[in-house]
This record gives sequence, structure tokens and C-alpha cells, in this order.
Amino acid sequence: MGEIIKLFLVFARIGAVTFGGGYAMLPILQREVVEKYHWATNDELTDYYAVGQCTPGVIAVNTATFVGSKIKGIPGGISATLGVVSPSIVIITIIAAFLSNFAELAVVKNAFAGIRVCVCVLIFNAVWKLLKGAVIDKLTFIIFLVVLLLSSFTDAAPANLVVAAGIVGLAAKKIGGAL
Amino acid sequence: MDLYLKLFLEFAKTGLFAIGGGMATIPFLTKMSDETGWFTHMELLNMIAVSESTPGPIGVNMASYVGYHLAGISGSIVATVGLVFPSLIIILVVAQFLKRFGDSPIVKAVMYGLRAASAGLIAAAGISVAKVTLFNVKALGTGNWGGFLNIKAIILAVILFYLTKKYKKVHPVAFLAASAIIGVVFNFA
Repeated sequence: MGEIIKLFLVFARIGAVTFGGGYAMLPILQREVVEKYHWATNDELTDYYAVGQCTPGVIAVNTATFVGSKIKGIPGGISATLGVVSPSIVIITIIAAFLSNFAELAVVKNAFAGIRVCVCVLIFNAVWKLLKGAVIDKLTFIIFLVVLLLSSFTDAAPANLVVAAGIVGLAAKKIGGAL
Repeated sequence: MDLYLKLFLEFAKTGLFAIGGGMATIPFLTKMSDETGWFTHMELLNMIAVSESTPGPIGVNMASYVGYHLAGISGSIVATVGLVFPSLIIILVVAQFLKRFGDSPIVKAVMYGLRAASAGLIAAAGISVAKVTLFNVKALGTGNWGGFLNIKAIILAVILFYLTKKYKKVHPVAFLAASAIIGVVFNFA
């Protein structure tokens, strides 16, 4: 029971400080889930993000479900998921109830312009940590670069890119004789 | 039909079909607005702005916001649970699958490709945030080159980059909070 409550609380804390969706959550996940509680490795987080891209739902929530279920099965998955969404319910309800012009307030706009700068820097640091496990040879470097370029300059759907990369990985191992 | 049941089902539908993160829910919410009349397109735009300026996954924030407007606090809980319900079930199944077959060479070969793609997508997301934050792309067309670089933001980014590398033990939230304060003090918006 202790672990299940802990999953809820840790993911509630992560949900409360995730500004800007699933990708912005990655640096906080690395700190809490990988470095502090050792619930998952950086490689596993990369896998969860990849799967989260091609399955329905919000990536941040999918990642919470993954980590929770890895630690404590189905109850753990449910607990971590409810944890990560609970701060949003509370915060959004308060804003919807009292601050109809919240997003227009000058102080909010300025604070979030500052936060966004920090989010860029944190995402780049987070990617750097993932690269060690994800880009391990020439082919994975090419996949990384091609996906980065296609995703930046075309409107290719992330899910399609992930599926294509999976097929390339499979084909390469097959041709290389590893399968 | 009962409003709560309808809220749950509509958001479950959105959660089931929106693949690839919070922004993917927007086309579905636009359709929901046309079909149910629960909110106007203008209200949807306001919701997106609020979601972008509050913590939490954007898709979840949108569900909470719409649910609250229709049926108060219980509405916001019902809509949010509806949104995450399909993916919760799917991910639990996928997680069981990975646990059982994670060591198979085929799954490993697929993951070998997936991981690199995943890192590429995350890097692209970082670049897209950097594009709107550090550079003012709109200024390009006007020939105003000075306006293209968002100098204050770039200085802060360089300082943060240095500090996050030097003080690795400091929690990322401390840097986020400091950046919020700097944004307010130096009028970043």
C-alpha cells in the first residue's frame, strides 16, 4: 500500500510542476523517477515516450501509467495516472472559477515567458541524457537526425515516424543477422 | 442522456483517438464544440491559452476546464477521468506485453529503432519551443533584424544552460521558479 500512495504523491508533484505538456515533463521525470526513486532507467523512459507517441492519450499520462504499472502492477498504474492528473483538476478548477482572464494577466504572461526559456534549456539537457542510450551506432544516429529534421520541417505525424523507425530497427537487425 | 455520462463518453472518445500528446486533442475538441455546443470556438481558444499557462498536460487541462464549465467540480473530474481512461487501459496492456516479451530479440530490435526516433522527436519539440521563445520569427518578414533575436530570453537561456550544467544537484523546479521570477521582473512577455 505504501508504494501505491508514494506513486500517487510523486506523480502528483510531477504533474504540478510540468509546464507545457509531456515533453517539458521529461527533465522532472529524470530527476524524480530515474535519479531519486530508481523506478525506471533513462532508456526505459525513452521507450515509454516512443510508445506514448503511437498509442492514444496524453504522453505525460501514458508515461505515468507505464512507470506505475512497472512498480506495482495495475493498481500502481492507476495510482500514478490519477496522481499526475490531480493537480490539473485542482488548478484548472480554481482558475476557471475565479480568474476568467488568467491567461491575459501581465504577471502571468511574463512569468510564463520566463518559464518557457527554462523549459527549452531543460529539454535540451534531458535529450542529452537520453542520447547515450538511444544513439549507440551509425544507424541510430541517422534515425535520430532524420526524425528530428522531418518532425521540425514537415508535418509528418510523430506516430508514423516512430513506427517507421521501429521497422527500420527490425530490418537492420534482420539483415545484420541478429535475428 | 445524463450529462455526466455524456461528458465521460465524449472525452473518452477524444482520449482514444488523439494520438501523440495534448495538442492532438485540439481537432477533436473543435469537433466536440460543433457537435455538442458545450463551448464556442472562442472559448476553446481561451482554454488553450489557460492550459498553456498552467502546469499539467495540456489535454488534461482542457478536459478539466470544459468539464468545470459544464458541470462544476464533479464535471471537471468526470471529463478528466474520461480522457485518461482509454489510454490507461491500453498502456496497462502494452506494459504487460513489454514485461513478458521485453527480452525477445524482435522486441529489442524494434526498440533499438524506436529509441532513436523518440530522442529525435523530443529534440524537435525542444527546438520548436526554442523557436518561439528565443527568436521572434514574425520579425523576419518586416526586415527588422534586431527584433528577430529575443535578446533577454537568449541571455537567460545561456545563463541557465551554464548553471544547470554546473549545479547538477539543484532540482529543475528551482530553475523553473527562478525563471518565472526573472520573467516577471524583466518583463519577458
